[in-house]
Amino acid sequence: MHFVFEVQGGDFNKAGDASSKVKKILQQIGSDSAVVRRVAVACYEAEMNVVIHAHHAFVTLDADINQVMIVVEDEGPGIEDIEMAMTPGFSTAPDYVREMGFGAGMGLPNMKNCSSQMEITSRRGVGTTVRMVFDNA
Amino acid sequence: MLDGTIICGMDRAQETVSSACGCDLMSDVLAFTRSGSVLLTGLTNPQVIRTAEMLDLKGIVFVRDKRPDEHTVRMAQSLGLVLILSPHPLYESCGKLYKAGLEGCREREESDSMRV
Repeated sequence: MHFVFEVQGGDFNKAGDASSKVKKILQQIGSDSAVVRRVAVACYEAEMNVVIHAHHAFVTLDADINQVMIVVEDEGPGIEDIEMAMTPGFSTAPDYVREMGFGAGMGLPNMKNCSSQMEITSRRGVGTTVRMVFDNA
Repeated sequence: MLDGTIICGMDRAQETVSSACGCDLMSDVLAFTRSGSVLLTGLTNPQVIRTAEMLDLKGIVFVRDKRPDEHTVRMAQSLGLVLILSPHPLYESCGKLYKAGLEGCREREESDSMRV
């Protein structure tokens, strides 16, 4: 099963639409509720990162009986120092994002905790790709 | 108990909740809040509703009578969430519910694992 959703940077009104669709699809195919929750939380954090930092992204959902895979591929500024970005509390988000309850530097650590495997590749000035795998067991 | 006003989900307002979380950091809510809980917050933007959706929360209490805009309320309606306005600040709203026996999400987890 394969689905692709588009996310626009800066569109805070629609932020979360893609994650909401991902969650509904997983519920419809009868995924375990704990897995649905982990995917929904990680996907939403990733989607918020796109809306906050990037210009545009595609969110891809692949699901089979063993695992769920989410790939978020954005066009944007890229991440300067991935290790630093993974540090809980580290954030480059502007103040207006913090006022919305995000940008506290917990997004990437949350995504890592929710997923079974997470890989980030990034090129400065080009974009970032986050690949997350969630085991069904 | 909160002297609150229900502004959405009146038909579900009698449902029982067994844990709550008071927080304005949505990433912390996403990391630590149990499904089926109620969230108390001072934020009223659509991201609060989205956060509640991802976690299957039952309701949101907006403290100090802060009122979300119509778009945000409509989102909550479509998701079947209960929205309550509390006239009290966050600390006091949480305190009133805690005093009445509503556990925090971590405590709830511990008491659940003790039962097992």
